[in-house]
Amino acid sequence: MKSMYLAFLAIAVIAVIADIGLGHAGFSVEDVTAGPAVRLD
Amino acid sequence: MMINRFLALCLMLMLLVPVPAAVNAQTADDPRAATGGAQTLDDILARQRGEAVDDTFRRDATGSPDTAAGIADQLGTLGGVSDPELWRALRYGSTDIRASSQGPATGILIQDGGMAWLAFRAGPLAHWGGYLLLGMLAVLAVFYLLRGKIRLDGKATGRTIQRFSAVERFAHWLLAGSFVVLGLTGLFTLFGRVALIPIFGKDAYSAMAIAGKWLHNNIAWAFMLGLILVTIFWIAHNIPNRHDLKWLAVGGGLFTKGVHPPAKKFNAGQKLIFWSVVVLGLSISASGVSLLFPFELPMFAKTFAILNGTGLPQALGYGELPTVLGPHQEMQLAQLWHSIVAFVFMALIIAHIYLGSVGMEGAFDAMGTGDVDVQWAKEHHGLWYDEVAHAGGDAKIADTPAE
Repeated sequence: MKSMYLAFLAIAVIAVIADIGLGHAGFSVEDVTAGPAVRLD
Repeated sequence: MMINRFLALCLMLMLLVPVPAAVNAQTADDPRAATGGAQTLDDILARQRGEAVDDTFRRDATGSPDTAAGIADQLGTLGGVSDPELWRALRYGSTDIRASSQGPATGILIQDGGMAWLAFRAGPLAHWGGYLLLGMLAVLAVFYLLRGKIRLDGKATGRTIQRFSAVERFAHWLLAGSFVVLGLTGLFTLFGRVALIPIFGKDAYSAMAIAGKWLHNNIAWAFMLGLILVTIFWIAHNIPNRHDLKWLAVGGGLFTKGVHPPAKKFNAGQKLIFWSVVVLGLSISASGVSLLFPFELPMFAKTFAILNGTGLPQALGYGELPTVLGPHQEMQLAQLWHSIVAFVFMALIIAHIYLGSVGMEGAFDAMGTGDVDVQWAKEHHGLWYDEVAHAGGDAKIADTPAE
């Protein structure tokens, strides 16, 4: 059963890495859809 | 009196003579002359009947700078384009838009495909998709009531053989675990408004939907990795062979006690599952990536062009599929296709989960501990057992009972 639990842990780790990684790579909604002429804050 | 009679005569002449002639002439030459070029009742009725209406009379009526009045004249600042003509150009996406926000679709201010998408999503997609899943559950329930749990015909030996290695099981659970989360969060998204909001309320569902969206978007990568690993590990074992026909001929022995058709590592039923997972998994991944990066990776216009080239849509009576699609249309089609494939995928996997757990004695051990009882291996995968046992595989056979 270790393989199953390890896989479930890997799913969580991959998800977090994907979220953080894509954000840093410039794929966040803010980076993709906002331009200099749009003030978000 | 004379004046009244004269006016009445003039009125009759105006009503009877010139008007029908004019209408006849307009109908023959320009069916929309009576409305000044705008749509007619016939257009509206035809559209309501679902007939295709040539809308170029509206699509192209977007004004012209050449007809503009002088800049100092009345309405000259409109530049030859009236407000209705401007809105028409916006509605058909033919005007020059400059938006302060960036992105590939920000220049499209109006698009009317959303209503058709919403109607299909909330109607046939949700209804038939729900029926498909419930139908599969009903079929399995009936199967369980009639056949019961498929048990070992022989006696368990207490000796086990390794069915799947740790790496194979890791890949399987990476795919399976992510699929379950993706399926549930997808269903929560589609049926949230009708099924979850009445139970949890809008505020609680809002939090659930936001969390579900995060999970769906980010767990998708684990699913795709699992799909790649599983395909690499098992594709060679899933090439069809002559034993599959024998297996299929007796329904895999699923319906008859004591029938065990020969099978290698994977039987014909498992091969069908495997290839379905590969094909559906690739398709749902493609549409999913297209949705993950909105407007960046459109796939349907190109797909339709390829399909048109095969002649298949025309042969089926659909005519030429559109090869020019707006960014939002691409996203709408990707979302619908993603959901349709997901429903078929889920129905298939529900059956797989059933047979791999409560439906068959000893089946879960194969993916749980990786070891199955020798008797189980002989009954369900006899050819594979012979190969392993006679190819120096004694080391894989242990004297410990399967858990």
